[in-house]
Amino acid sequence: MRGSRSASGRSATGPTASRDGRASDGSSGAADSRPEGRLIDTPPPGSEAPGASPRRLPEYVLREPRGTYHALNPTTKLVIAFAEAAIAFGVRGWTGPISVLVVLAITAFAAGVARRMVPFALATIPLVISILLVNTLLYPGAHDVIVRLGPLAPTWSGLTAALQATLRVVAFALSAAILGLTTPTDDLLSDLERRGLGRRGTFVIGSAIRMVPRMGERASEITDSQRARGMDTQGGVLRRVRGVIPLAGPMIFGALTEVEEQTMALEARAFSAPARRTVIRVLPDSGTQRVVRWVLFVGAIAAVAAEVSGRLRLP
Amino acid sequence: MTLRLAGARYRYAGTPRVVLDGIDLDVAPGRVVGLVGANESGKSTLCLVASGLAPGSIGGRLEGSVTMDGVETVTLAPHEHAQRCGVLFQNPTTQLSGTAVTVWEEVAFGPRNLGLAVPEIVERVEWALDTLGIAPLAPKDPARLSGGQAQLVALAAVLALRPAYLVLDEPTSQLDPRGTRLVGEALAGLAAETGTGILVAEHKTELLAAMAQDVAALDAGRVALLGPAADVLADPRLVDLGVEPPAAVRLARALEAAGLADPRLLAAVEQAAAGGDDGPVEAAGVSDRPGVGQGRA
Repeated sequence: MRGSRSASGRSATGPTASRDGRASDGSSGAADSRPEGRLIDTPPPGSEAPGASPRRLPEYVLREPRGTYHALNPTTKLVIAFAEAAIAFGVRGWTGPISVLVVLAITAFAAGVARRMVPFALATIPLVISILLVNTLLYPGAHDVIVRLGPLAPTWSGLTAALQATLRVVAFALSAAILGLTTPTDDLLSDLERRGLGRRGTFVIGSAIRMVPRMGERASEITDSQRARGMDTQGGVLRRVRGVIPLAGPMIFGALTEVEEQTMALEARAFSAPARRTVIRVLPDSGTQRVVRWVLFVGAIAAVAAEVSGRLRLP
Repeated sequence: MTLRLAGARYRYAGTPRVVLDGIDLDVAPGRVVGLVGANESGKSTLCLVASGLAPGSIGGRLEGSVTMDGVETVTLAPHEHAQRCGVLFQNPTTQLSGTAVTVWEEVAFGPRNLGLAVPEIVERVEWALDTLGIAPLAPKDPARLSGGQAQLVALAAVLALRPAYLVLDEPTSQLDPRGTRLVGEALAGLAAETGTGILVAEHKTELLAAMAQDVAALDAGRVALLGPAADVLADPRLVDLGVEPPAAVRLARALEAAGLADPRLLAAVEQAAAGGDDGPVEAAGVSDRPGVGQGRA
């Protein structure tokens, strides 16, 4: 085994030679310059030794997307999500959030992810409830009282503002959900990296996305261990709230410790190498998508700017 | 061709306390050197220093010499260390990048960082997975692996960089007995089959008895005992250093104390303590896995 490793890796295509080789032998450079939309599955012609079998990426790494929306370039889907969120929040009144929700509904059914979006919609319920309560009951300057309930006086103005804010929140959550459900994180990061986002920027985004489920796991682990030591973390709301306090410390300090160890682990995996990171597969893109991206990006910003400046008057 | 620490003395940045004091230790290719000692004896720090992460990545002050194949580690950039010496820590979850969808891509993370060509990456990933006998895990989601599997994937990810040496800081501390056996067997096979020099800090002396040729016992940042694994693990002074000897050694002592010291029985126990053919790893019945120990197609 030692011999085979030397022959195939460390000595023959050792680190320095290989790193430089990418730029000089054209193998991966050629890969980058392949026609758009083609997946890299074989080395460039002539790069293999005579008689050697070509090295192919496995099918589960190639992961050809199914369906039109899934097959869009990840950056296109990111820009769509951005435009939807910008219009939902930036265009006041009913028009912005409702039009975005209509687009989201059509997209969700077309992409076949409508059912899987339900948990994301449900996840907004606590925030929606607080928005409804605060705005309906405490909307500043509102006098159009719906009904008096002792010291409470909900207003029509407050309710209207609350419903609009609710639609914005739901629209934002669902636009992020569609992006997440139709785009593997690694694909999005790879595509952004190919477009010039540095590996540190890529890692920060990737880590932030990864942190959400990891924090959930950690909270569950800490809760289980505290329960094992006799702490009552189930039951009524007050009990659960009390359980949050001893949860916070271990979660934060544990996360910080993990970050330190993960940083060293990344260093041990050549994360700070100066070479440009290899893109193992080029994701499909097209001129049409490029145009769509720019139109959506500029259009969303223009709509928000027009709304903010008062030139756009929509219900 | 050795990972060599000569008179290594280290203290962390911002503290006057010397954590390692005059360490002399060699890790030759194909050898597994175990590292034992009580908590705070300097095992983890020694791992960081030997791998070049200290002071290279985390700072601190190093005196003496730490060389990999004759090259001083302080002259190397972190990514150059990574290609000479792989490092594995205790927690499997922090070893993984978290951005990969499959184990295959997780293992490819390091080679991609080096900017290697795609065919070379494919070759390295397949080699690392085959070497550790975990090729069937390749399509799986790294976030859904057991602790032992995740640690093996982390090890494969390090191996894909083709380091000549491995430094492992309690790689089985969070693993169950089965996970421990998987990792232990993989490491023993790796050293024997690929000639990788391995330095492994471990509390589980049974594991070291099964896989290490040499063992060093640390005490307050100094090497207190160093020698063949069988000798060091059977040394009575080990207990004073806060290290529990392997069960076979404890059994032999108990037999002696009870006046039941039959020479043949003691010889068998000593052989078990030294990690003989019937040592814990092989006896666990996991050595029939494909991969380690079976060479490469």
